[in-house]
Amino acid sequence: MTDATERPEPAPREPVVLGIETSCDETGIGIVRGTTLLANAIASSMDEHARYGGVVPEIAARAHLEALAPTIHSALAEARLGWSDIDAIAVTCGPGLSGALMVGVAAAKGLALATGKPLYAVNHLVGHVGVDLVTPDSEPLEYPTIALLVSGGHTSLLLVRDLVSDVELLGETIDDAAGEAFDKVARVLGLPYPGGPHIDRVAVGGNPKAIRFPRGLSLPKDMAAHRYDFSFSGLKTAVARWVEARRDRGEEFSAADVAASFREAVADVLLTKALAACADLQVPRLLLGGGVVANARIRELAAERAAAAGVTLRIPPLELCTDNGAMIAALGAQLIMRGHAPSELGFGADSTLPVTDIQVNVSQ
Amino acid sequence: MSAGGELLLAIDTSSGTSVAVVRGERVGGRRVLSEATELDTMKHAEVIGLLIERALAEAGVVVSELTGVVAGMGPGPFTGLRVGIAAARAFALGADVPLRSVVSHDALAFSQAQAGVTGDLLVVTDARRREVYWSLYRLAANQGAPVRVDGPGLAKPDALPHPHALALEAAEDSSRVSAGSLGLVALELLTSGGEFAGDQALYLRSPDVTLSAGAKRVTQ
Ligand SMILES: [Zn+2]
Repeated sequence: MTDATERPEPAPREPVVLGIETSCDETGIGIVRGTTLLANAIASSMDEHARYGGVVPEIAARAHLEALAPTIHSALAEARLGWSDIDAIAVTCGPGLSGALMVGVAAAKGLALATGKPLYAVNHLVGHVGVDLVTPDSEPLEYPTIALLVSGGHTSLLLVRDLVSDVELLGETIDDAAGEAFDKVARVLGLPYPGGPHIDRVAVGGNPKAIRFPRGLSLPKDMAAHRYDFSFSGLKTAVARWVEARRDRGEEFSAADVAASFREAVADVLLTKALAACADLQVPRLLLGGGVVANARIRELAAERAAAAGVTLRIPPLELCTDNGAMIAALGAQLIMRGHAPSELGFGADSTLPVTDIQVNVSQ
Repeated sequence: MSAGGELLLAIDTSSGTSVAVVRGERVGGRRVLSEATELDTMKHAEVIGLLIERALAEAGVVVSELTGVVAGMGPGPFTGLRVGIAAARAFALGADVPLRSVVSHDALAFSQAQAGVTGDLLVVTDARRREVYWSLYRLAANQGAPVRVDGPGLAKPDALPHPHALALEAAEDSSRVSAGSLGLVALELLTSGGEFAGDQALYLRSPDVTLSAGAKRVTQ
């Protein structure tokens, strides 16, 4: 509570920001104070998508509408704060599923107007990088850094020279996101959604070199045009063909070997390209983000390859790698601390918001 | 704000985007202080904040004076409908005032009743994909909130129920839900102790998905 006898305060050096994230199937509300994480409340509609084998946009959007208010309550309770303690609101306006994004955008505008707080409309992918700043007990993020963001919705390689003013897209998937490939291969193997954890489980004890599955966009001719881009559609098809051929011949095969070999192909291509970017651009820092980072082999191979290349590797805790509101609050807080003006109210949801648009509709 | 009065922010995005501020006094009646509307049905998320801001400014009302928020719950096309409900819920949460839910068709029926229409009225609005949403009202003179006797429902335009009723068709003008009317319906319900709508959005359609039949073969 602000005491009426207090002197008017300047813009807070460590603003308390509430972040709203609804770009995919997680309703995330996070609260940070500067670079300190105060709350990270998440409601997920993942279970409702399970029987469809992937995220159904309309189901995700409906779930966001119902989860928003309870999740905001949880976050405020977790941080032990009331509206008078909040300095600003930040919201993901893209990229993501447009119907899902719109729920968060509309709620953020309603909240900002009701509470009189400034509103920051920010980029989801840049949020994945910004979350590293609120990771408890971590050293400040150094720039420039390469960021590899891998989830069911995106697979992007970024060069971050400055979190709030200079982010460049080096490459991204030209077809499926890496997380989608995990889901599809899981289906081929008869495993449930989401595929990542199940592939990980089945891969235990499997030989990652048993089957040489293709590494998308890694041939010399592809590397010329798509050095930092990814493709997982061919890999998924290759796994399906391999499995179907064995099944058609009535041949036994090791699901563990298939899962391990597939996972190896994904991890290999992700990290080969990420470390190529580190080497080419002479950036000895790599940050991972996105839900697919939960995959044990990807983390393990990242640690091996980064160490071998003399690259410092940062992986935020898993609950901050998956989509969440804290990452949006963290980015909002950085924008405020660097003196950026709020967003004007007329922005919409942009499902393909480019990564160079760190904040949209900045007031003049 | 006089004691016993209501000052409501009403939001409806079941067709275009409409935001209004309405006042209800114990004596002195009920009126729409301001109404801000965008007819474009593809711009809900962009305009919702600007229209709330404009409606409050034109009414000369600040947030702390409001006694409640009214949300139009549809029926209406999903993506747009959710924008208004999300904004209304969040606004009520931030302003710490109660949220009231009203069926959007009630606002259309209320406008007709105000214009002197009586008898059975079938409100029909566009549901896209060659279907319409409908609700049946029984309107009487000096009735207060309109009495919905059937619906809301979803139908093919040539298979609408209640053919005997006067149909308020999904013509451009009649299908634009006014937040001012929605707010007035809420004031009527508050005064009469009538029942508000449930707190679920009125989608009236399941999400468009088919169950996966397992993995598809890639080899022929
Ligand atoms: Zn993400």
